[in-house]
Amino acid sequence: MDFTINVNNNEFQATQGETILEVLNKNGIKVPTLCHLKNSMPTGACRMCVVEDEQTGKLITSCSFPANPGMKIKTHSQRVVESRKTIIELLLSNHPDDCLYCVRNKNCELQDLSEEHHVRERRIRGYKNSEKLDLSSASIVRDPEKCVLCGRCVVVCEEVMGVACIDFVNRGNKSIIGTSFNQGLNTSSCINCGQCIMVCPTGALTEKNHFPEIQQALNDPAKRVVIQYAPSISVSMAEELGMEQGKDINGILNAALRKVGFNNVFDSSFSADLTIMEESAELIQRITEGGTLPMITSCCPGWVKYAEEFYSDLIPNLSSCKSPQQMMGAVIKSYFAEQEGLKPEEIYSVAIMPCTAKKFEAQREEMTQAGISDVDAVLTTRELTKFLKLYGVDMFNIKPELTDSPMGFRSTAGKLFGASGGVMEAAIRTAHFKLTGKELVNFQIPQIRGLEKRKEAKMKIGDLELGVAVVNGMANARELLDEIKNGRNDIHFVEVMACPGGCIGGGGQHIGTSHEQLKARMKTLYKIDENETLKVSHKNPEIIELYDNFLGEAGGHKSHELLHTKYKKREVMI
Amino acid sequence: MQQFFFQRLKNLSNNKFSTNPENKLFKMGDIKQIFNKYPEAGRDNLIPILQDIQSVDGYLSKESIIKVGAHLDIPSSKIFGVATFYNQFRFQPNGKYHVQVCRGTACHVLGSVTVLQEIEKQLKVKAGDTTRDGLFSIEVVACIGACGLAPVIAINGEFYAKVSAASLAEIIESYKNKEDE
Repeated sequence: MDFTINVNNNEFQATQGETILEVLNKNGIKVPTLCHLKNSMPTGACRMCVVEDEQTGKLITSCSFPANPGMKIKTHSQRVVESRKTIIELLLSNHPDDCLYCVRNKNCELQDLSEEHHVRERRIRGYKNSEKLDLSSASIVRDPEKCVLCGRCVVVCEEVMGVACIDFVNRGNKSIIGTSFNQGLNTSSCINCGQCIMVCPTGALTEKNHFPEIQQALNDPAKRVVIQYAPSISVSMAEELGMEQGKDINGILNAALRKVGFNNVFDSSFSADLTIMEESAELIQRITEGGTLPMITSCCPGWVKYAEEFYSDLIPNLSSCKSPQQMMGAVIKSYFAEQEGLKPEEIYSVAIMPCTAKKFEAQREEMTQAGISDVDAVLTTRELTKFLKLYGVDMFNIKPELTDSPMGFRSTAGKLFGASGGVMEAAIRTAHFKLTGKELVNFQIPQIRGLEKRKEAKMKIGDLELGVAVVNGMANARELLDEIKNGRNDIHFVEVMACPGGCIGGGGQHIGTSHEQLKARMKTLYKIDENETLKVSHKNPEIIELYDNFLGEAGGHKSHELLHTKYKKREVMI
Repeated sequence: MQQFFFQRLKNLSNNKFSTNPENKLFKMGDIKQIFNKYPEAGRDNLIPILQDIQSVDGYLSKESIIKVGAHLDIPSSKIFGVATFYNQFRFQPNGKYHVQVCRGTACHVLGSVTVLQEIEKQLKVKAGDTTRDGLFSIEVVACIGACGLAPVIAINGEFYAKVSAASLAEIIESYKNKEDE
């Protein structure tokens, strides 16, 4: 049912069930919000979005109030503007105010709001928050002093990720966001996905930074500093740099990283190809030899930790393959080191990832060889932009370069890892070839492409009927996993990505990534796949070379030693 | 008359606040019995269940919160969030001597803020916490119902009327001495 409401003496069309905020946004009126999160239940907690209802004379929260026929509202009356300004001043009254030292300086919603509302004096003085910094997690740093209690992290953690490791603790002016028993994040059920950072309006949640270690390595002449970047980085960095959304800046990135001083630049899409070789071999082995099915991908460290905590009975279903980051790390410190005549400890291996959980993964005990980590430090996309700025790299005036060889050449299948469904598509392409000896017609599998929360397909490979499912967002994955636990058996291969949209929507990406940006990034990945000729991992000449010279066969002894691992149940406060 | 009054208060507080430092429920496994009391338990039973656990254990332990979470299918962070919202729940076992400080109106008027601060200073723990040696724990209560004796504190149901900084030191010292003997 359509009707009109009167806003600032204009008539706006509205539909039954829409909130006032939705009507206003549709009609070009911006109302400031803080606690509001798209696609989740409005809480109306911050009251930034208040508008004046002229009939009742009340201030109502537009994010949670449904539009009603005949409504008369004012969005920017004196009273409304003053009330919003007071809220900001109150939020600032106990805020640390150390913007110059804050990681979110110039990228902070609280800063923006106080700028927009012209807060120019300190009218209200309060006790500053004094809470301990939580540095316990390998990925995420929590600073409750900077928290404005909007609750968006709590909502994302529960509704999108299905983890719920944080909630409001205590009451009234003692309220904080905390884990159960206010312990460190490391002992909570946090999966380090970083989606909370993506929605945090202030600097209360940030990733753990490793700049000093990396800089130290760069300045150490005895160290060979190598860097790898994830498939999604080159298509998701453009917004951070102020370029057109979804632009592929692969070549520029290679050149920029060399300018900073990294000795070798590798592409994790290469090790994604390697993952596909191992994973497809494992899948075929499980299907033909009667292993545990469905096999579930283990590329996503957020999902792996989630499985260890919430679905420990599905751990046998997890693929034993390490993730591309770790495979690359392992190959760098073995094959590459051997070729260059270096000892593993002489190499400092950095990875750029769209993900905060990769920081956790890099320091896992399972991801070491003789006590040496496969990957030494991980930077997120956001951090990389800052790092490049620190080293004065001008991304706009730089000539594109190629990655180092070997281990820089990739197929487009490896590149597809960046989007939800990509691992599955790449694996099926190779599995199809391995099983039938023929390539997949057209290469593309449209049923498992796109941003939908769950994509399923039935594939016919030779005389094998393969059921595959792709899920992104842990809460969506949970639904599928429960079906599998309850006996669903028509699925043989499952791809799980913890973040919505896969790595292109990861917790280390540009803050404020919109749905449109996700789509643009995905489109670029598909375009790369369409335009280039090498579309399958098993035809990648450098992969073939790696197996011939070093690893032997996929799933063989050497690859098991270097590229595979085991996971076990993890005891945390669920 | 006053004797009778004290006795009645003592009974009341003994029933209400168990001072058992052991985590009894898990030794005896009777958390199941509590769960059995709420056959079709859902989220709305959370607070009664937590109250029952506290009445046996004297506090809410991590283990019990995890068990409640598993039983009701609620993440432990949510349960902790709910429990910290209410003043009635404790998260540490009570000390051997449980100090209740009245912060009701009459006591407030006669300076119970300083009383509480003084106790926190002397025991070196905050309200709601237990000392490291497990001897003392402090709890703030809204009103003990002994306004005529304000400011008043109760230690294991024993009432101390019209306390001051000096008398507090003596009282606490007497309990410490009891231990030394």
